[in-house]
Amino acid sequence: MKQSEQKPDSMLASHGPKDTRLSIGTSAPRADAYAKVTGTERFAADYYGFDLLWAGVKRAGVPHARLKSIDTSHAEQAPGVVCVLTHRHINGANRQGVIRKDQPVLVDNKVRHCGDAVALVVAEDKKSLAQALELITFDLEPLPAVTDPEAALVAGSVLVHEDHPGGNVLLAGDQSTGIGEAAADECDVLVEGCFRTPRQEHAYLETEAGWAQVQEDGKLAIVCSTQTPFRDRAEVAEALGLDLSGVRIIAPYAGGAFGGKDGVTVQTLLGLAALHADGRPVKMWWSREESFLAGTKRHPATMFYRLGAKSDGTLHFISVRLYLDTGPYDHLGGVVLALALEHAGGPYRIPNAVLKGWCVYTNNPIGGAFRGFGVTQVTAAIEQMMDMLAQRLDMDPLELRLKNAVRQGDRNCVGKTLVTSTGIVECLEGLKRHPVWTERDAWKSASGPFKRRGVGIAALMHASGYGPVVPDFANAKVDLTREGTFRVYCGVVDMGQGNAATNAQIVGAILGQEAGRIELVLPDTDLTLPSGSASASRCTYTFGNALAGATRILRARILQRAADLLMVRNTEEVALIPGAVRCLRTGREIPLQRLAEFFGDVERVATDHFRAPVAAEAETLNPDVNLRLHGLPHTLFSYGAHAAWIEVDELTGGIEVKRYVALSDCGTVLNSQIYEQQIQGGIAQGLGLALTEEFLVNEGRITTPDFFTYILPTATDVPEIESIPVEIHEATGPFGLKGVGEIAVNGPLPVVANGVADACGVRIFSAPLTPERVRSAVAARAREETL
Amino acid sequence: MTITFTLNGQPVEVDTAADRRVVDLLREDLGLTGAKEGCGSGDCGACTILVDGESRLSCLMLAAQLEGRTITTIEGVASENLHTIQAAFVEHGAVQCGFCTPGMVLAAMDLLHRNPHPTSHEIRQALSGNLCRCTGYQKIVDAVHAAARSCDLREGK
Repeated sequence: MKQSEQKPDSMLASHGPKDTRLSIGTSAPRADAYAKVTGTERFAADYYGFDLLWAGVKRAGVPHARLKSIDTSHAEQAPGVVCVLTHRHINGANRQGVIRKDQPVLVDNKVRHCGDAVALVVAEDKKSLAQALELITFDLEPLPAVTDPEAALVAGSVLVHEDHPGGNVLLAGDQSTGIGEAAADECDVLVEGCFRTPRQEHAYLETEAGWAQVQEDGKLAIVCSTQTPFRDRAEVAEALGLDLSGVRIIAPYAGGAFGGKDGVTVQTLLGLAALHADGRPVKMWWSREESFLAGTKRHPATMFYRLGAKSDGTLHFISVRLYLDTGPYDHLGGVVLALALEHAGGPYRIPNAVLKGWCVYTNNPIGGAFRGFGVTQVTAAIEQMMDMLAQRLDMDPLELRLKNAVRQGDRNCVGKTLVTSTGIVECLEGLKRHPVWTERDAWKSASGPFKRRGVGIAALMHASGYGPVVPDFANAKVDLTREGTFRVYCGVVDMGQGNAATNAQIVGAILGQEAGRIELVLPDTDLTLPSGSASASRCTYTFGNALAGATRILRARILQRAADLLMVRNTEEVALIPGAVRCLRTGREIPLQRLAEFFGDVERVATDHFRAPVAAEAETLNPDVNLRLHGLPHTLFSYGAHAAWIEVDELTGGIEVKRYVALSDCGTVLNSQIYEQQIQGGIAQGLGLALTEEFLVNEGRITTPDFFTYILPTATDVPEIESIPVEIHEATGPFGLKGVGEIAVNGPLPVVANGVADACGVRIFSAPLTPERVRSAVAARAREETL
Repeated sequence: MTITFTLNGQPVEVDTAADRRVVDLLREDLGLTGAKEGCGSGDCGACTILVDGESRLSCLMLAAQLEGRTITTIEGVASENLHTIQAAFVEHGAVQCGFCTPGMVLAAMDLLHRNPHPTSHEIRQALSGNLCRCTGYQKIVDAVHAAARSCDLREGK
C-alpha cells in the first residue's frame, strides 16, 4: 500500500504520544503504551548485560522441618558455579517483613513452608545454575505441619513460630459497637451462613524478576519488579547488614503485581548474590512454578456470619467471625485482617456489631497482599447474607440494600463516621434504573432448554490508604529542564495501573503542556522521593495530591518570572501555553527554553509533600492500639454497585456470565480510559475467583503448580463489561478523585453467587463456583424436593 | 550448529545449540527482549512470535526449527509508524502492564491475516491462548476490531 493521505488518524500515530495538550477528564492514550506496544519497554525481567551471572534458589520442598545441616560441597564443585550461599553468608538480620519481621532470607533454623529459600547459587549460565541447585542437599528433621487455621488456634497445637507471644495467632481483632451480642434478641429475623473463599494466585505475567550489581562506588544497585522500592531499600539493608545509603532500588514498569510485589521477592536474594559476584551483574527470574511456590497468595478465608434485621428490613445486628490463613510469615496478613473487619458489614448502617477475626500462622503458602486485601473475602460474605436476608423478608434485594445503604454522616459497621464523599446510594439508584435490572425478568424468562437464568447484584465499599497510624504520604518533584521541558519524578511504582501516565496528565493539565514536553522518571531511590507503596488504592490520590502541589509551585514561579521578563504588572496578565508563556495583553511570548535560562538550578525544581487525612475518632473507636497500627479505621472510601446476568447449564453445572455492569463512585474521573481499565481488569480477576481460580494445597504441598492446573480466565471467559462512573467530587482528592484500583475485584464473587442462587434456588457457600459444586448443589436440592 | 533464517526482514546466521529454546536465543543472544516468557510451558502466549506469518510460541520451539524460516518478533512490526494493530492497541487502551502486549499484538496480526473481518467471538477465540491479567480483554478485543476497520478504510472498502 502506498503511504497515502487517506490513512485514518490511527495509522499516522508516531511512536510517541500525540502532541495534544493534556487536560483532566479526557480519555488520552497512556504515555507508557507506545514503548510497550513496540516491545521496547524494558521491564526488570529484560535486564541482561555484559558478563552476566545468574542466581537461583534452592527451596525447602517440605512444609515444616528443623534444618540440621546443608551440604553445598557438590554444588560448589560443579562446573560454572561462582558461589553457593547460605544463611552463614548473611551479615545482617537475615529477616524480612513489613510489620513483624519473621521471614528469613535464607533459612537458618526452621523450614516453615515448601517455598522457603534454603540456599542461593550464583553461576555463569542458567544451565550450570540448574545443575548446581540439584546437587544441594539438606538434613531435615520433619515436624508436623500446621495446615488448618482453626485447628492451629487450639491450645497445644504445633507452633509455626515458637518465639511469637501470640502462638499461631499473628493478629486477632475484636471490634464491637452498640449493645453488641444483646442486639441479636431484638431482631425480627436473623440469618446465618458460613462462607469459604479460596486462596488466589496473583498470576502477573511477569514473574518475580530482578538484576543487581555492586556499582563502582560500592553501592548495591537492584533493578526489580516491585511495588515498594523505598521499603525494599530498608528491608534489603537491614537483612544484609548494609547502610541504607549503600542500597539503591530501581523500579521500572512492573509486568503486573496486584499486591504480590508489595514487599520483597527477589531483592534481598539478588543483593546477597551481587555482594558475592565480584562486581559482575547478577540476574534472577523466577519460573512460573517457583512464583507459584514462593510467592504470596490471597488469604483463604472462613467466615461465620449472622445478620439480623427488623421486620421492615432495617438492619440491626451483625456478628462475624473471620479466620484467615496467613501461611508462615507476616506478609501484611494482620493488615489484611484489619481491613476485612472494617468492611465486614459492607456499605450499610448496622448499629450493633460483634466483629472478631484471627489471622493465623500455618505451614501453607504465604498469605499476603492481593488487590481487594481482605475486603474481597468479606464482601463475598456480607453481600450473599444481604440476599439471604432479602429472601427471608420477602423483599427486593436491591431495595433492602438501598434502605440500609450508608450516606455521608452515617457510621459504618466499626462505628466510623463517614465524613468523605459517600456515593453508594447514587450507585444503587443508578443500577435500579439500568436495563440490566429493569429488564431482568424478561431476560430470565427467555432461557433455553436445560438453562436457568438469574440476576445477581452486590454493593461495594473499599477504603484507600494506610489507616490512622502509618503515615500515608508522598513527596513529588517536578523540574523545568534547561530545554524548557518538564521532568516528573514519579515516587510511586506503575505496575500497569497507569499512574505514571496520569502523573504526566496532571502536570500537563496544570502547566497547559503537551504530552511530548513531559518526561517521566520512574521510581529510583537515588532519583525520586519517598512516596510509599503502589498499593491500597492510594497511588494517584496520595501522589497526585503531592504532584499537583509541586506543579502549582513551579507554575507560579514560571509565571512570575515570565511576568518580570515581559515587564507586565502581575501574573494575571500571562498564561502558560505549550512551550511558552504568553502575555495576554500584548500577545508577546517567551519560550520556555528561553525562560529556563533565567532560572537558577535550585529554582527549576519544585517539590511538595502530601499526607492523607486520617479518621478523627480513631482512638475512641477501639482501645486496641495494635488494630489501629494495622490500619483500622480508614476515612476515605470508594463505592460501587455491580450486577450481572448469569446463565447456568443444568446438565454440566457450568456458569456463563452473559452481561456485567459496574457503577462506581471513585470520585472524579481524570482519564476515562485508565479508569475503565481498572474496573474491567478488576472484574475479570474477580470473575476468576468466582468461577475457576482455586489455588489448592494438600498438607502444605501445592497441587496446582502451574497455568495448566490453575485456571485463569481467557478472552473467551470474560464477558463484555459496562463501566459507569458515578462521579462525585471528593474534596480531599486531586481534582476530586478517589482510588479505583481495587474496588471492582470485590464484586464478581457475590454477584455470581447471588445470580446462581436466583437461577437455581441453591446457595453455594464455597468459592469458586465450579461446575462440580453447582451440579452437586442443584442435585442435592432436587433430592430434597423429591423426598 | 549454524542456523540461517530471516529475522524482522534481515537475513541472520547464528551459531547456537540446536536445542536452544528460541525464546532464549531471541532474548539472551540476539537482545530482542520483546518476546516475554510468562510460563515456559506454552500456556500463556507472552512469548508469541510469527513464523512464516503464523503465530508460534517461542518457549516451545528449538533453534533448529528456525532454519530457513521467516521470523517476526514485536521489534519487527513497526516501521516509521506504528502498525495499525499497535496504533489501535494504544488508542483503545488495550495496554496496561504491557507484559502480554507483544504476544497479543502478534496473535492479532496472525488473526487479521487469516480473517480480516472477525466477529468478537472469533477475536476472543483467536486470543484465548494469550493470557492477560490486567485488562479483562475487552479493550484488546475493541482494539482488534478497530484495527480491522482501519485496514478496511486503508483498502478503500
